[in-house]
Amino acid sequence: MISRRDFLSAGTALAGLLAASGTGLAQAVGGQSLTQADLLKFGKSGTFTLLHVTDIHAQLVPLYFREPSTNLGVGDARGVPPHLTDVAFLNYFGLKPGTRDAYSLTSEDFTQLARTYGRMGGVDRIAALVKAIRAERGADKVLLLDGGDGLQGSWSSLKTQGEDMVKVFTALGLDAMVGHWEFTYGADRVTEIKEKAPFAFLAQNVRSTEWQEPVFDAAKTFEKGGAKIAVIGQAFPRTPIANPRWMIPDWEFGIREEEMQKQVDAARAGGADAVVVLSHNGFDVDRKMASRVSGIDVILTAHTHDAMPRVVEVGKTLLVATGSHGKFLSRLDLDVKDRKVTGYRFQLIPVFSDVIAPDPDMAKLVADIRAPYAKDLARELGRADSLLYRRGNFNGTFDDMICDAIMKERDAEIALSPGFRWGGTLLPGDPITFDAVANATAITYPACYRTTMTGKQLKEVLEDVADNIFHPDPYFQGGGDMVRVGGVGYAIDVSQGAGQRISDLTLLKTGKPLEADKTYTVAGWASIAQNVEGPPVWELVERYVTDAKTVKIAPNASVKVTGA
Amino acid sequence: MPLHLDATLVPTRRRALKLAGLATLAAVLAPRMALATEAQVADEIKKLFSGKAMGEGKIKLDLPEIAENGLVVPINLDVESPMTEADFVKSVHVFADGNPLPQVLTYRFTPESGKASASARMRLAQTQNVIAVAEMSNGQLYSAKAQVKVTIGGCGG
Amino acid sequence: MAIKSQPRVRVPAQAKAGEIIEIKTLISHEMESGQRKDAAGKTVPRDIINTFQAAFNGKPFFTAEWFPSISANPYQSFFFRAKESGEFTFTWKDDAGAEQKASAKLTVA
Repeated sequence: MISRRDFLSAGTALAGLLAASGTGLAQAVGGQSLTQADLLKFGKSGTFTLLHVTDIHAQLVPLYFREPSTNLGVGDARGVPPHLTDVAFLNYFGLKPGTRDAYSLTSEDFTQLARTYGRMGGVDRIAALVKAIRAERGADKVLLLDGGDGLQGSWSSLKTQGEDMVKVFTALGLDAMVGHWEFTYGADRVTEIKEKAPFAFLAQNVRSTEWQEPVFDAAKTFEKGGAKIAVIGQAFPRTPIANPRWMIPDWEFGIREEEMQKQVDAARAGGADAVVVLSHNGFDVDRKMASRVSGIDVILTAHTHDAMPRVVEVGKTLLVATGSHGKFLSRLDLDVKDRKVTGYRFQLIPVFSDVIAPDPDMAKLVADIRAPYAKDLARELGRADSLLYRRGNFNGTFDDMICDAIMKERDAEIALSPGFRWGGTLLPGDPITFDAVANATAITYPACYRTTMTGKQLKEVLEDVADNIFHPDPYFQGGGDMVRVGGVGYAIDVSQGAGQRISDLTLLKTGKPLEADKTYTVAGWASIAQNVEGPPVWELVERYVTDAKTVKIAPNASVKVTGA
Repeated sequence: MPLHLDATLVPTRRRALKLAGLATLAAVLAPRMALATEAQVADEIKKLFSGKAMGEGKIKLDLPEIAENGLVVPINLDVESPMTEADFVKSVHVFADGNPLPQVLTYRFTPESGKASASARMRLAQTQNVIAVAEMSNGQLYSAKAQVKVTIGGCGG
Repeated sequence: MAIKSQPRVRVPAQAKAGEIIEIKTLISHEMESGQRKDAAGKTVPRDIINTFQAAFNGKPFFTAEWFPSISANPYQSFFFRAKESGEFTFTWKDDAGAEQKASAKLTVA
């Protein structure tokens, strides 16, 4: 199907590929003078255009989101994209420090660059880009797909059970979506969305627990630019492990690689010219799946929030990584000839909110959605006196703040906070609004429990979570980043096997090692157990920030990482 | 160590662990009872089949890499065979080498089965290997092994 | 004695001659492993369905022996090569020797 030689001789040639790859675009134009038209510049159009958004986490308005400074790959993923950060990332993709590219894709000089280049995302900006591309190409040549985690992550999404984003996606003219955090609204709500929304909710890998029958449509075929495109959906395979299974008790997930192969084969047999997997597997799982399932032209990846300015080719399959929080819109044009994909051009379009004129209709919709909560959202609780961010394998200052709040408000020696990848970033001096707190905590199982655990049990928890991140085989990984801990330091050797990675657990208050048999007071939130008692975590954070007035978090030095 | 135990099965003293995402299924299946070890079970299997050599291949053992619920882990197996009177799969035996009682099930097939394929659900007390041994109508043995991870989960993503 | 719960069975009503069909069965049962202790610390005695058998026109073609590692409410799916019309009989047997049966008709065109 696709070979490198085909691309090079397909008329666009290498120069065209590079020019359209997003790499160096902003540099060529120069930092400040970028225009909306520059962002939309593209090489030769394909037979049809795929547009991909993912992991928006219900961020309706522009925000800051700092990419991780630690994003370790293990096994085959060690040291290869997307497991590169900062200078290594810039060097690999040929980008320069200090540029818009460096700002949007890495954490290097984040505060300074954020002040220069401004917030990113906003669904009204995305709408403006989508409309422009549809106008350029003709709507009958454009397919718009969402990779999941769109309907959760903000106060308005929690309050409306994702209806805010259903409205946004409807207005955007979305063609299909897949799910992960969507399932935390419960089976009934997801079923309702599937049945009522004007776009498809696809998942080949969800079965009823009772009879092992498909719960969702596995795939849908679209005709765009005269080509038949089969889109196969893949829900986050570890949803019932990473999130509360009791919310979806009658559904089983899993990767179901063989079933995926069957879907691909059925799509081909049904006359598909191109097979696209709309996946929420996470990048490393998709990379492995691409090497084992044949006949997939494109995997639109999600879940791990990676943003890359070029596609990754695995055999004949193209992997697209569109980032998160509405920071990027991916455009992939495919050439179809003789019922095969023969070439492509790709551009990761950064959604610089200051450069793009908001789409007025979508801006109005966003205002309407947020209006009922405007007072809550705007409530200023305190000020950030240092950069507050979440993303990274081990800790983030926003989570350190949450842990501090939990320990203080629940009078605990140790705090545990889940390693979610979503949640915005606040710059030093920014107000800490309730909106910002909700952006990092708005889930349907927010209760902050208080309990006791022995040192041994805490180690077991850390080991278990570590294996879900650092198992060398991505099919055995699940969930998000490492659980955040407050009050405790530890060392981790990511190259070790299950149960062998964690050592030197230290109670920071005393500087003494955690004792295996001694009991400690532990508080945390987002337990996936049912009937958990405790106040919602955002209440604790609100009280804590209100009392503190300003929050200054020093970089966390209590987790020592080796083996990377 | 799954978090997903039914509340009724978890004594209150384990509630704290369950909250934090830690509860041992082993404790439910086998309180204070030693779980089998890999080596013990390998030995037992050898004895059961009189030390006869076992071939590889033929058996496709389809298990989740990570159990969603240690109490209900789907197992799907499929043994390659024409399933004719002359050549069929007589039986398949499944073992879990980290459970207190490692024997899981035995299937007895006939040529009328059409294919030597079946699915069931099992309990897994901890991360362990699931081993299937198939006996063909000519007495030849084949085995296959797959690891299933049983985890506390949580941490969303 | 009989096993109280009603089993459920999914069998295609019709098949072509030579077609291999999938049969799915479910029965409600605690499958008490004999490994569990109650709140008082007493071992709960083992009580499981230990055998499932499928027969067609009286001739058994598939048997499953279940051990305590089988989940509660045991599910079993398996296959059958359809040749002629007739009736399936499915039998579940527990540790006490009690039985439960279900049947289903198959028409082969």
